[in-house]
Amino acid sequence: MAKSITQEFVKGLWDEIPPFRLVLGLCPVLAVTKSVENGLGMGVAVVFVLVCSNILVSLLRNIIPSKVRIACFIVIIATFVIVVELLMQAYTYALFLKLGIFIPLIVVNCVLLGRAEAFAYKNGVIPSIADGLGIGAGFTLSLVSIGALREVLGNGTFFGMSVFGSSFQPFTFMVEAPGAFVCLGLMLSMMNLAGNK
Amino acid sequence: MGDYILLAVSCVLVNNILLAQYLGCCPFMGTSKKMETAIGMGMAVIFVLVMAGAITWLIEAYVLKPFNLEYLRTIAFILVIASLVQFVEMFLRKSIPALYKGLGIFLPLITTNCAVMGVCLININEEYTFMQSLVTSFSYAAGFGLALVLFAGVRERILLARVPKPLEDTAIGLVTAGMLSLAFFAFKGMV
Repeated sequence: MAKSITQEFVKGLWDEIPPFRLVLGLCPVLAVTKSVENGLGMGVAVVFVLVCSNILVSLLRNIIPSKVRIACFIVIIATFVIVVELLMQAYTYALFLKLGIFIPLIVVNCVLLGRAEAFAYKNGVIPSIADGLGIGAGFTLSLVSIGALREVLGNGTFFGMSVFGSSFQPFTFMVEAPGAFVCLGLMLSMMNLAGNK
Repeated sequence: MGDYILLAVSCVLVNNILLAQYLGCCPFMGTSKKMETAIGMGMAVIFVLVMAGAITWLIEAYVLKPFNLEYLRTIAFILVIASLVQFVEMFLRKSIPALYKGLGIFLPLITTNCAVMGVCLININEEYTFMQSLVTSFSYAAGFGLALVLFAGVRERILLARVPKPLEDTAIGLVTAGMLSLAFFAFKGMV
């Protein structure tokens, strides 16, 4: 194993930060980032599913036949998504209603399947946990930062608290669908600029 | 009849699955660089989505509901969609090779297209009847194809333009998608 556990974790935060570098799993990134709270909730849900599915996939990697591996990954991921769905329904019902359809849709988030296929299926349990945590943290970080930008500009609030005072005229474009695309595109270009690729 | 037409218009234009509901963005970005691939993907989605919409509705109504298994919906739907895609692929390869070649690699990709799963879930959440589900599935898929083809046309033009270095490729694609979405935004409130 060439890389240490820390490196596996850190790479998810910058080098392979999912929505920007890999351009995977865009749908939730665009849809749930109307506010920081939604982004954070979605991020935590994804981290949970990602870590659990990475653990299970890497534990079972010698048992799963390679021909049907994709189907097995999907079943494993779907199981944990149902767990998250039921947990959120029980403990954070308001958030569950806000995220709505996008919780079951974690199943088809390419990030999860991508990590199972590209990492967990080939590596041991401990690196897989680190990988899941890192990529998940990166995913959460980007959701929160896009959410923050859109909420502050589009609504004048941060975590529901007013930022600019009552005289602020909200830039509603940002919280609507077109703003999501433009915002993500501009942030991606910032990342490119900073990363001087 | 009028209701169905209204429903179809609202699914294609007003609530466009890609530009207003953000479902299916990965293939939207991935397959829109060329017109041919965009058309192929659009056709494949229409084909699979109508079948998936019908089958998942039947499963929800006749298997999950009677046995109180609604909490298994996610896993049941994704399995249905995955096996449906596999089945359609085998069927097309055997019987309509021309179409199979046309759709090519896009068929297996549909499994992880959240538009398909998303529409199936919307049909259940909105409690549509079977006919309504068929109409919405088809029109959502048509809307997906429409947006994809429009976007591919714009993107082919952008290839010829001089784009600032950091904005190249996906970044300018996303900004363009934003503009396109703004155009569709004008339909809001129409239905």
